[in-house]
Amino acid sequence: MFNLSWKNLTNKPLSLLLTLILFALGTGMISLLLLVNKQVQEKFDNNLAGIDLVVGAKGSPLQLILCNMYHIDAPTGNVAIKDVKAFLNPKHPLIKSAVPLSLGDSYKGYRIVGTIHDYVDLYNGKVAEGRLWKNTYEVTIGASLATDLGMKIGDKFDSSHGFVMDDNLIHEHDHKFEVVGIFEAGNSVLDQVILCSPESIWEVHDHDHAPPALETPEEEHNHEVHHHEDHDHDHGDHSGHDHAHGDHSHDGHDHDHAGHSHDKPAVTTAQSLLNFPDKDITSLLVKFKARNFQALNMQRSINENTDMQAATPAIEINRLHLMMGVGVDALKALAFLIVFVSGLSIFISLFNSLKERKYELALIRVMGASRGKVFFLVILEGLLLAFMGYLLGIFLSHVGMFFMSDYMKDAYRYNFKAWEFMPEEGWLLLAALGIGFVAALIPAVQASRTDIAETLTK
Amino acid sequence: MLQTQNLEFSYGQNQTIRFPDINCQQGEHWLLLGRSGSGKTTLLQLLGGLRTPQKGKVVVAGTAIKSLSATELDRFRGKHIGIVFQQSHFVKALNVQENLLLAQQLAGEKPSKERAVELLDRLSLKHKLHAKTSDLSQGEQQRVAIARALMNHPEIILADEPTSALDDYNCEEVIKLLKSQAIAENATLLIVTHDGRLKAQFDKSVELEA
Repeated sequence: MFNLSWKNLTNKPLSLLLTLILFALGTGMISLLLLVNKQVQEKFDNNLAGIDLVVGAKGSPLQLILCNMYHIDAPTGNVAIKDVKAFLNPKHPLIKSAVPLSLGDSYKGYRIVGTIHDYVDLYNGKVAEGRLWKNTYEVTIGASLATDLGMKIGDKFDSSHGFVMDDNLIHEHDHKFEVVGIFEAGNSVLDQVILCSPESIWEVHDHDHAPPALETPEEEHNHEVHHHEDHDHDHGDHSGHDHAHGDHSHDGHDHDHAGHSHDKPAVTTAQSLLNFPDKDITSLLVKFKARNFQALNMQRSINENTDMQAATPAIEINRLHLMMGVGVDALKALAFLIVFVSGLSIFISLFNSLKERKYELALIRVMGASRGKVFFLVILEGLLLAFMGYLLGIFLSHVGMFFMSDYMKDAYRYNFKAWEFMPEEGWLLLAALGIGFVAALIPAVQASRTDIAETLTK
Repeated sequence: MLQTQNLEFSYGQNQTIRFPDINCQQGEHWLLLGRSGSGKTTLLQLLGGLRTPQKGKVVVAGTAIKSLSATELDRFRGKHIGIVFQQSHFVKALNVQENLLLAQQLAGEKPSKERAVELLDRLSLKHKLHAKTSDLSQGEQQRVAIARALMNHPEIILADEPTSALDDYNCEEVIKLLKSQAIAENATLLIVTHDGRLKAQFDKSVELEA
């Protein structure tokens, strides 16, 4: 029976091919959409890392999130450390942790992130080889860099300004970055970044640009953001830092060329960052102790009362999903249309072939096949078509994903898995078989109803 | 082996055909003669269970066809009756051997390649075992159709105008073949025809009135 259905289908290779391609396009497109959607969502969700708030320069909140959490977009700008020092206070009543990020440089498209060791903990990062960065210009790299660029411990490189690969933008310094450690692959954003101390970023930039961090008398901001309880701490910290600040800027400006800072232990904790109140960072990744009313209020307060902005990752990513959703929905509608048309084409091709095979079917009846068997024969052909179309479609979608992940990698340094299969694809198979069944139903009923004698007499 | 009683069939209201009673014993060879429009083919279809008569009954190999359900009838026909049509039709997607084996499968028998080879050998077509049916000549197609009718060792072989398209020589050949194969299978052979050339070769015949 199966053999007969199969032979009937393959007897007309061209019409078989057309039907298969149509069906494969439809199912392939749906499967590709599911794949991309799922993996993008996974990427976004994996990298949320429990971060409740991102604080940075004013601009688009989505950009702030994309840039600082996902390393896709450009930074919104910088904020001075003294403006955010309240957040760095370990005794802050609302904040569990605040991790500073300094962005601005990259190497071969991979971003160099100046930060503290807490950043690694956000993503549960583990060092696979070597160690975390300690001194200025030391870096610990993500697993992708090791696998894709073949970088290893001891490698030295020049960073380039900005996030695009451009030879003209490469900083040439006496000091090169040096790889001291490699992270384990963890399917998080940690895989694709180069981590170093914030000072490394500052120093690279101090060479090329005007000194950063204009002295702006904006002490009030902290007070406002920060209300009541923290006044004491603020002031305490502040007075402590003025000295350090003096020391350091001296050190930085005079001795950078000589490379003294190289030997100096770098900033590795939020606390030590406070020694440089006039330096800039790009953002702070904040985790709350509890998501209560006060915590929510803090975001509003920052946005209304300071020159900085605070954005909630979950909300922004949700917004992004909604925006992408429109495009995805349009593509989905198109894919369903193609599936519908391909179902129609199965119907038409079966219907047409049955017209030609009317005599054959009568013959099969004469030879002993019941009506039920003839019905089953035609249904089987529909199911076979759908199944083959489905297989081809799934194959196409994964090949598509393969090329897409290549592109995504070039564009965003994001890794997508082309050969990962989803339970949804099982459902898609059921749907495909359902379509094959429905498309074959009318021809099958007709075939089984054919009057043998009438057909044979003609 | 093959009996009919008071068989009547009507197309529409005013076109009723009454058939003479037939009674063929096992192994007998019968000729059913009649002009075009005399209802020859209709009678053959009634005998083969392809049509149901309005009146009367058909008994094949001891079984009254009317007593069978539709599905039982299909299977019964496949097992006990071999039919050769005026024009040979095959399942185009299958080759000669597959077409022969299909006859067994559809009748619910175990497909036997040996049987197919044996029959083709008897009909001197063994070399066409894997040929496409559309590549055969008309005479060869007719012979494969005969082989197909014989696949399940039928008790009865019905042939509908098997010679009408053939010249004298081929006509004689086909009839010889049908007879010899019927003898080899010890089957009852009944040939429906308007071809007067066959009269001389059959001693038992029924003539239908127009």
